[in-house]
Amino acid sequence: MRLFDGLERLLERLREGLAAMELTAQLAVAPAARAALWRSRGGGARLQELPLEVIGFDSGGFFRNIGISTVGELLKLPRDGLARRCGQALLDDLDRALGTVPEARGYFMPPPRFAAKLELPAEVSHADGLLFAARRLLVQLEGLLAARHAGVRAFTVFLCHPKAESTAVEIGLASPAREAGRLGQLLREKLATLSLSCPVEAIRLEAGDFSPLHARTAGMFGDALAEDEGWARLAERLQARLGPDAVYGLATHPDHRPEYGWRRVEPGEWDPREFRHPGPRPLWLLQAPRPMREDDLQLLAGPERIECGWWDGDEARRDYFIARFSDSSLGWVYREAGAWFLHGLFA
Amino acid sequence: MMVSLEDLLQRHPVWRGGAAFSRAAAVPSGFSVLDGELPGGGWPTGGLTEILGLQQGIGELRLLLPALAALTTAGKRVIWLAPPHLPYAPALAAAGVDLARLAVVRAPGRRDSLWAAEQALRSGTCHALLAWFRNARYAELRRLALAAEASCALVALFRPREAARESSPACLRIALEPVQGELVVRILKRRGAPAAAPLRVPLKSPLHALGRSPSSPPASGDARARRSLGLPVHA
Repeated sequence: MRLFDGLERLLERLREGLAAMELTAQLAVAPAARAALWRSRGGGARLQELPLEVIGFDSGGFFRNIGISTVGELLKLPRDGLARRCGQALLDDLDRALGTVPEARGYFMPPPRFAAKLELPAEVSHADGLLFAARRLLVQLEGLLAARHAGVRAFTVFLCHPKAESTAVEIGLASPAREAGRLGQLLREKLATLSLSCPVEAIRLEAGDFSPLHARTAGMFGDALAEDEGWARLAERLQARLGPDAVYGLATHPDHRPEYGWRRVEPGEWDPREFRHPGPRPLWLLQAPRPMREDDLQLLAGPERIECGWWDGDEARRDYFIARFSDSSLGWVYREAGAWFLHGLFA
Repeated sequence: MMVSLEDLLQRHPVWRGGAAFSRAAAVPSGFSVLDGELPGGGWPTGGLTEILGLQQGIGELRLLLPALAALTTAGKRVIWLAPPHLPYAPALAAAGVDLARLAVVRAPGRRDSLWAAEQALRSGTCHALLAWFRNARYAELRRLALAAEASCALVALFRPREAARESSPACLRIALEPVQGELVVRILKRRGAPAAAPLRVPLKSPLHALGRSPSSPPASGDARARRSLGLPVHA
């Protein structure tokens, strides 16, 4: 109770959570779980005043016939007589409700995947409306994930159209997460890139493949861990809008052919120990070598012969030079089979 | 009674434009010529730096390399946004840049790249942003300048030379020009007093790394012959 800052605060949080999921509920409090359940079924009335119908005791109308209608009246009856008349089970239930006998309850285990559908009150054709509706589903997902101490690395939102196949919007995350706010932000970026061909009448949210995620405490000072986390979030936000290939890191690769001398990798994946210092290399490499005329070039240094790759079908036999162009920029040019090409710029 | 101007200035705390902002936050550029002229002694952080150049391949990146190498080896993250060509990993690694701290972001259009730049700066995890904008409006740059202010990052925008005619919210604008194989930097705008004299910045030339005088291109020849001549062969 201390943890939740008192009973009232705990109830308030429960009500907030239920309201966010759009569920109506009757809350009741009692020292024992069974009594609380009965009270909530009875509309929050005190245990003593609960009608017996509410808790499903008076099956044969026996108690009504002898003039007993509430739990309080039932408790006043002699115990041994009641046990003989109605069986020990009834007394056990009453004892559990009063808390005099402990009750073992099985813990609720939520399912390991999530799927929920929400019919929209009206057909929606703009992203903002969809996002608003999707947020409700995301809040439900967050509740489920919190109960399982888990997070998701990906989820899919299906936009159901009235007369067409539904559109699947897949969202991937850099690290497992469950906060509805963060998931909603990614969904917003993704929806912004989407052009809807027809209106949406319902949305479905599906997520599976939960991975364990424990609540982490934020560092007191801006520590490296928090920065890594912030970085991962930035990358996933950029990827959600610009595409999964839009954010990458660079790594060197041991190959003499310049175009194979580097790799696109996940940012952060580079081992400096693998790097061998090459000769002078330009900071810009052109996507494709550009044909040049020989008289435009003033060769400053070279040649450096690169002859390599006969084994993989992409053989290079090139002589590389550093050249100055008429506009005084420096380029990395090569000659292959008598023709000149520009391959990089010493920017 | 006559009071000299010097006395007046001593007696009253008058702010003078001529005094450079000594307290401005900055990352040393690695070139003492430049650091001496830049407020704070280096590339400003928390503001935009515009680098205007006529053409590519004149040393516009080599100008920033020492700062990038220092930042990345200190564990700071650097983003290259919408570069016009492939940033070549071996050349960057050779210049001392820790590639594990560098990320490239591709953004197809102007709106996407401006959005990405703002996201990167607002995230607080990007310590240097290099971005290539072909065209950007004043209002968009202003927005970016505000994001930069909140981020304490070094933000270098590479823009065409014609952009010098437009006004800009950048706190530093420099124009690059190659003169006789050297890079000349003109400071068009900085915090504090305007700088008049263009600066020759001694960039590291790729020829120095080679340490060899140019030779005429050989007409033809195979690798074995070249090896006997003492020329580098990668086979």
